[in-house]
Amino acid sequence: MAQRLQTERQATAAPAIELRGISKAFGPVQANRDISIRVEKGTIHGIIGENGAGKSTLMSILYGFYKADRGEILIDGRATQIPDSQAAIRAGIGMVFQHFKLVQNFTVLENVILGAEDGALLTPSLAKARKVLGELAEEYELDVDPDAMIEELSVGHQQRVEILKALYRHADILILDEPTGVLTPAEADHLFRILKNLKEQGKTIILITHKLREIMEITDTVSVMRRGEMTATVMTADTNPEQLAELMVGRKVLLNVPKGPAHPGQTVLEIDNLRVTDEDGVERLKGISLKIHAGEILGIAGVAGNGQSELLAVLGGIARGTGSVRLNGKELDLTGNHSDGQSRRANSIAHVPEDRQHLGMIMDFTAWENVAFGYHHDPAYQKNGLLMDNDAILADTAGKMERFDVRPPIPTLAAKSFSGGNQQKIILAREIERNPDLLLVGQPTRGVDIGAIEFIHKRIVELRDAGKAVLLVSVELDEIMSLSDRIAVMFDGRIMGERLPEKTDERELGLLMAGVSGAAA
Amino acid sequence: MDYATILQILDSTVRLGTPLLLACLAGLFSERAGIFDIGLEGKMLMAGFAAAAIAAVSGSVWIGVAAGLCASLALALLHGLASITFRGNQLISGVAINFLASGLTVLIGQKWFALGGRTPSLEGAARFAPIELPFAEVLLPVPVAGPLYRELISGHSVLVYVAFAAVPAAWWVLYRSRFGLRLRAVGENPAAVDTAGISVVRMRYAAVAICGLLCGLAGAYLATGLSAGFVKEMTAGRGYIALAALIFAKWRPWYALGATMLFGLLEAIANRYQNIDLGAVVLPVQFMQALPYILTVVILAGFVGRAIPPRAGGEPYVKER
Repeated sequence: MAQRLQTERQATAAPAIELRGISKAFGPVQANRDISIRVEKGTIHGIIGENGAGKSTLMSILYGFYKADRGEILIDGRATQIPDSQAAIRAGIGMVFQHFKLVQNFTVLENVILGAEDGALLTPSLAKARKVLGELAEEYELDVDPDAMIEELSVGHQQRVEILKALYRHADILILDEPTGVLTPAEADHLFRILKNLKEQGKTIILITHKLREIMEITDTVSVMRRGEMTATVMTADTNPEQLAELMVGRKVLLNVPKGPAHPGQTVLEIDNLRVTDEDGVERLKGISLKIHAGEILGIAGVAGNGQSELLAVLGGIARGTGSVRLNGKELDLTGNHSDGQSRRANSIAHVPEDRQHLGMIMDFTAWENVAFGYHHDPAYQKNGLLMDNDAILADTAGKMERFDVRPPIPTLAAKSFSGGNQQKIILAREIERNPDLLLVGQPTRGVDIGAIEFIHKRIVELRDAGKAVLLVSVELDEIMSLSDRIAVMFDGRIMGERLPEKTDERELGLLMAGVSGAAA
Repeated sequence: MDYATILQILDSTVRLGTPLLLACLAGLFSERAGIFDIGLEGKMLMAGFAAAAIAAVSGSVWIGVAAGLCASLALALLHGLASITFRGNQLISGVAINFLASGLTVLIGQKWFALGGRTPSLEGAARFAPIELPFAEVLLPVPVAGPLYRELISGHSVLVYVAFAAVPAAWWVLYRSRFGLRLRAVGENPAAVDTAGISVVRMRYAAVAICGLLCGLAGAYLATGLSAGFVKEMTAGRGYIALAALIFAKWRPWYALGATMLFGLLEAIANRYQNIDLGAVVLPVQFMQALPYILTVVILAGFVGRAIPPRAGGEPYVKER
């Protein structure tokens, strides 16, 4: 009964935001096409869509970064012009960007008042902000030390400062762009509690995300965008992840790639007491021991920055370490002349690095040049022992692009012209088709669209089924859970524990990722 | 070394340190807002010339100073145009300004006065006279404090007092005012300022303009207070020394005072003592004169602790999508 009353009230009140026929083009690219959407007051409204679907453009228009070519914005039923951020703030819109807009060496208080000072002098503004922040902290579970420097705060706390900034400016509508991308599961849970709290206090929240699970968990209504258009707006209760994925991509998508049970063979990689110290003398790997078998995917879960990158780097021949690493029983050189990437490839280790755009490719070079990188000594790519056989590389690249469904399949296009998913497919094609005994793969689907994720996951499982070993590093717990045959959790340069995916859950992994050892061991 | 000698050396430290201090504060405002400025040298030179030339022609030092401020401000806005509006390389723009000032001052000077790039010697009202603070003579018999007051504190040109007052003023503006908060923020993370609804471009132009005015004062003092006229290349690298002092001072006003006075002290000692006899070795005057420059190199090479420059320094701000 109360539920229905509430729905009726919402139906009669003017929506917090209404967009009518918004269009925006960048040159020939139509980023937003005739978008109309109603966001009801006091609800959490999700906007979901692939990269480049136009979500960010739409929100930038709402926050005054861009001016729409056509269309109307209504706030609380009143037509409103939003030519700049100041106007958006005045209209009661607050934005929490994916990359925080905080001044690192300012205190929390200074960041909060920046641009919202009460006068030319700081002292009264700071005093007032301190009082208001105390009230907000109490009301919304938004505790942050007002005198802490931003650079000393965890990512989760920095995000709270962003939310506080918006609330301090009396935002009634809060837009969050991919807010959980940088958070641990526990931090994400806390964020959701805060958002629910805000909703109960009558705030309207727009959540932009590509994570279907979050949409299902927290939103009331969800709008799906595809190629600049709004394809659907549905009540979250009336939909399911499969349907949303289909609406996003425009075809049926498998959210979990089906895979049969693993048939682990002999040990391919054996790591014993591996240690890595970085340039600043900080020990990043503090004695890692792991085994990976043939025909097995070992997933490394963990919050970014807990040593996963260093593990990939030392195995891939980019960093040096101490300890012992054996591949098929043969000791790998970790410090000497044979600890480089070239030697690793000779040892049948392939590496798909975490940072695709810096370590995986040269963005200004063409696709075929990128395919040759690392394998340019291959006799098949050589002519007369002196020159590169460009035609052979081009032909090989064309074949790889076809087999890995790279779009557009043009080898002479610069790497930066491809979408994230297609860049990743090019790298995967380069590495997987070398048929390595061990594939190192870091964040295989970061910034990759849901359709391409399905394809990439399939290829990784295929490699496993062909009897190869795979070391998968990902900060996406969903990905780790669905792909891995075994999961090792890293925290602070150590392995906190190993679990089998069917015998654990996100809660337990989340605790291990936060360094709580022996959790429900 | 007696008390009177020490006072004299400190007195000349203050006078020689003043143009460095003004230039250093100028650089501080600009760099704190994210605009690197190696054109301090050029702006000082241009201001010095304009101040001396106009003072010589008009007979009034105040008109001269106004001209110096205008000249320096014009170059500062040119730097702003290149590095803020057109998002050019700030180092190249600064170097260009230095070259421009170096050539233009001599060219115009020769054309106007035909003295080989010099301006005529300034006399009377065309020069800054020392200001005798009240009771300087009356208090002289007081031991220690009396001579200190008369020799060191009293008897400087007005611009020296302005420079010293500028230190607490700069500190107050930077750390106690809304303008300062925004200025510091724009040099650290312009995106934060932009999303807060404040114009990054306007803030940076304001900072560059303040830099121009302070450089103008530095140059005007050099030509009308410290000397009695403009001489070709009279800044002699002081703009670069001020930059080194700025790094030494970690971009903070009070530290800037200490750093520039240290350089002033070295210069004062070199001026006073031709050769310094240390018993075993005799330091030649050339060594003493080179000391400020050697210290500059040492500071710039990073031997004196790690200084973290403003994070967005040197980068033009481009609004992201």
